[in-house]
Amino acid sequence: MSLLEIRNLHVTVGENEILKGIDLTVNAGEVHSIMGPNGSGKSTLAQVLARRDAYHVTEGSILFEGKDLLEMKPEEAACEGLFLAFQYPVEIPGIGNTYFLRSALNAQRKHRGQDEMDAMDFLPLFREKLKLLEMDDKLMNRSLNEGFSGGEKKRNEILQMAVLEPKLAILDETDSGLDIDALRIVAGGVNSLRSPERAMLVVTHYQRLLNYIVPDFVHVLVDGRIVRSGGKELALELEEKGYGWTEHDTRQPVGARA
Amino acid sequence: MSTDMNVVHDLASKEYEWGFVTDIEEDRIPKGLSEDVIRVISAKKKEPEFMLEWRLNAYRYWASQEKADAEPKWANVTFPPINYQGITYYSAPKQKKTLTSLDELDPEILRTYEKLGIPLAEQKLLANVAVDAVFDSVSVATTFKAKLAEAGVIFCSFSEAVLKHPELVKKYLGSVVPHTDNFYAALNAAVFSDGSFVYVPKGVRCPMELSTYFRINAAETGQFERTLIVADEGAYVSYLEGCTAPMRDENQLHAAVVELVALDNAQIRYSTVQNWYPGDKNGKGGIYNFVTKRGKCLGRNSKISWTQVETGSAITWKYPSCILQGDNSVGEFYSVALTNNYQQADTGTKMIHLGKNTKSTIVSKGISAGHGQNTYRGMVKIMKGATGARNYTQCDSLLIGDKCGAHTFPYIEVKNASARMEHEAATSKIGEDQLFYLQQRGLKTEDAVSMIVNGFCKQVFKELPMEFAVEAQKLLAVSLEGSVG
Repeated sequence: MSLLEIRNLHVTVGENEILKGIDLTVNAGEVHSIMGPNGSGKSTLAQVLARRDAYHVTEGSILFEGKDLLEMKPEEAACEGLFLAFQYPVEIPGIGNTYFLRSALNAQRKHRGQDEMDAMDFLPLFREKLKLLEMDDKLMNRSLNEGFSGGEKKRNEILQMAVLEPKLAILDETDSGLDIDALRIVAGGVNSLRSPERAMLVVTHYQRLLNYIVPDFVHVLVDGRIVRSGGKELALELEEKGYGWTEHDTRQPVGARA
Repeated sequence: MSTDMNVVHDLASKEYEWGFVTDIEEDRIPKGLSEDVIRVISAKKKEPEFMLEWRLNAYRYWASQEKADAEPKWANVTFPPINYQGITYYSAPKQKKTLTSLDELDPEILRTYEKLGIPLAEQKLLANVAVDAVFDSVSVATTFKAKLAEAGVIFCSFSEAVLKHPELVKKYLGSVVPHTDNFYAALNAAVFSDGSFVYVPKGVRCPMELSTYFRINAAETGQFERTLIVADEGAYVSYLEGCTAPMRDENQLHAAVVELVALDNAQIRYSTVQNWYPGDKNGKGGIYNFVTKRGKCLGRNSKISWTQVETGSAITWKYPSCILQGDNSVGEFYSVALTNNYQQADTGTKMIHLGKNTKSTIVSKGISAGHGQNTYRGMVKIMKGATGARNYTQCDSLLIGDKCGAHTFPYIEVKNASARMEHEAATSKIGEDQLFYLQQRGLKTEDAVSMIVNGFCKQVFKELPMEFAVEAQKLLAVSLEGSVG
């Protein structure tokens, strides 16, 4: 059974149809990259998978581990193991990072029938992941994303991912706003989380991130449709020729796998 | 007469049907207010002459105000007229119905106790379950009293203080809230039932937090409570009022008066967590909490802090205030006021700067949900002689949903040019993107809202004594249930 199966997905926001029939299959252990120009629907796809209300699915289906994802509320999808690293993580003043992350982890553990983790057990786990992402211990006492730089916020997303250990991680333009060093650290964190049980969807504009997080499959999303799929070399071709190339090429769009 | 007053009326007369009061004299006390009623109240309590005179003075003033229709109507709250003659002003301490076990308790109330995390033994006490050998409430209170006696701290009921420490009562009663202060203070001064009295001697740091919970005879809160707390030179006391458990009372009007006096280098911390019955979903039958609370920083370098978390009452109308008379004195006000369903609140504080180099801090957090209407009303007054005065005010409002309201009426009066004033205000809604972020991490909507609200209130919660802070967080979560659809 595949981890994620998207069939003929049509999504509308307000009056506009953004996704016009997406087919995609992702198996555990795979890293897929979704690339495309601005407005192609990349973020929409990410948000729909995370079950955000504002996006209306007008047609199609999404199965997550064989279960109907469209029937799930955001927190249910999360507890089932779906994680979205936000493109623009929000700030929530007054909520400590430690308290927040432990609450989230425990909510998910509870859903899975596991015991909740108390503060004593959580702290070493948190510290270990902080180290992995080369983040300061002091962060533990600060409020959620409050006063964080753009790069720090992105690293915090991957930190949370490291603690929550999802089955499917969707990274929405994680590289935007990162300098070379931060990019290296974030990519390192993401790569350390690759495993046969886990799949990732890396949404990005630029090929650069994919030098660090090497994908197994690349899909090109243009104007709400996947127009091309291929292996990691496809990303390099795009970098060279630009997205316009995909529209002019006479090759037929390939299915989800190269 | 409105339905609400009918309810009060019915219940007031019901008292006589219960028949546990066998004293014939009591049966003859009519409803309503008059000088005779005041005399009876004072006689029943065996009060000394000065107390009766004080009450009568207050009553005469109140009666003249009532006659002149001077009942205040300026607050941003609406309620049907109160029939003062329909209230019984004296009642013997009631025997609460005793249960044999918690199973007899309304399951809804039991569920609330669980959600608030109230320990089982405490639940039994609150529900008046016959106490078993495992939890001996008498011995707990006895140990408590012994420790206080050792330190020389007086902590007893107000009635007891009038009899045992009349000189202290005489000295300070009415010195902070005179009976002429306002309509409800006058009423309270005339008919006050009971309350707390605290006196901390010179240089003593009260060895424990004083909680009304442990005051003997605190089984039932009267509707006209009178509390007086005096911290002598160099003394310190932290006082906790109220509890998170939902409190019902047939008496709809609660007009308490609290006076605090801090002498040179003394400090008083007064914390309130109140969850009075807010009325049903349509706002009917809730408590009216019209309270006058004021602290006087009488001495140099003295400090008074008010911290309140108000989630209950149909109507909350109170302004815990500080008179900063002593030089270098400090006044603080930290408040979280929540209005949900049809609750109304007009609350805030007054900081009156009289002495030199005085400082005041106001942090007010208002949360409106449902059809709640929440008003912050603050007054910062810097008098002519108050050189070097400083004030910092922050009033923030959080709106949940689109049917509630938040209003702010700050008054600033400065008569000394050396004063420094800072005022900040922010109004926000719970952002959908904030909620979605928390949901995407696995948190249910209600937990997410509660987390955001707690974050909003953090500045105030951290001023509360620890156990109260934990209770307050749970209370907020329980009070917000169902507010985000």
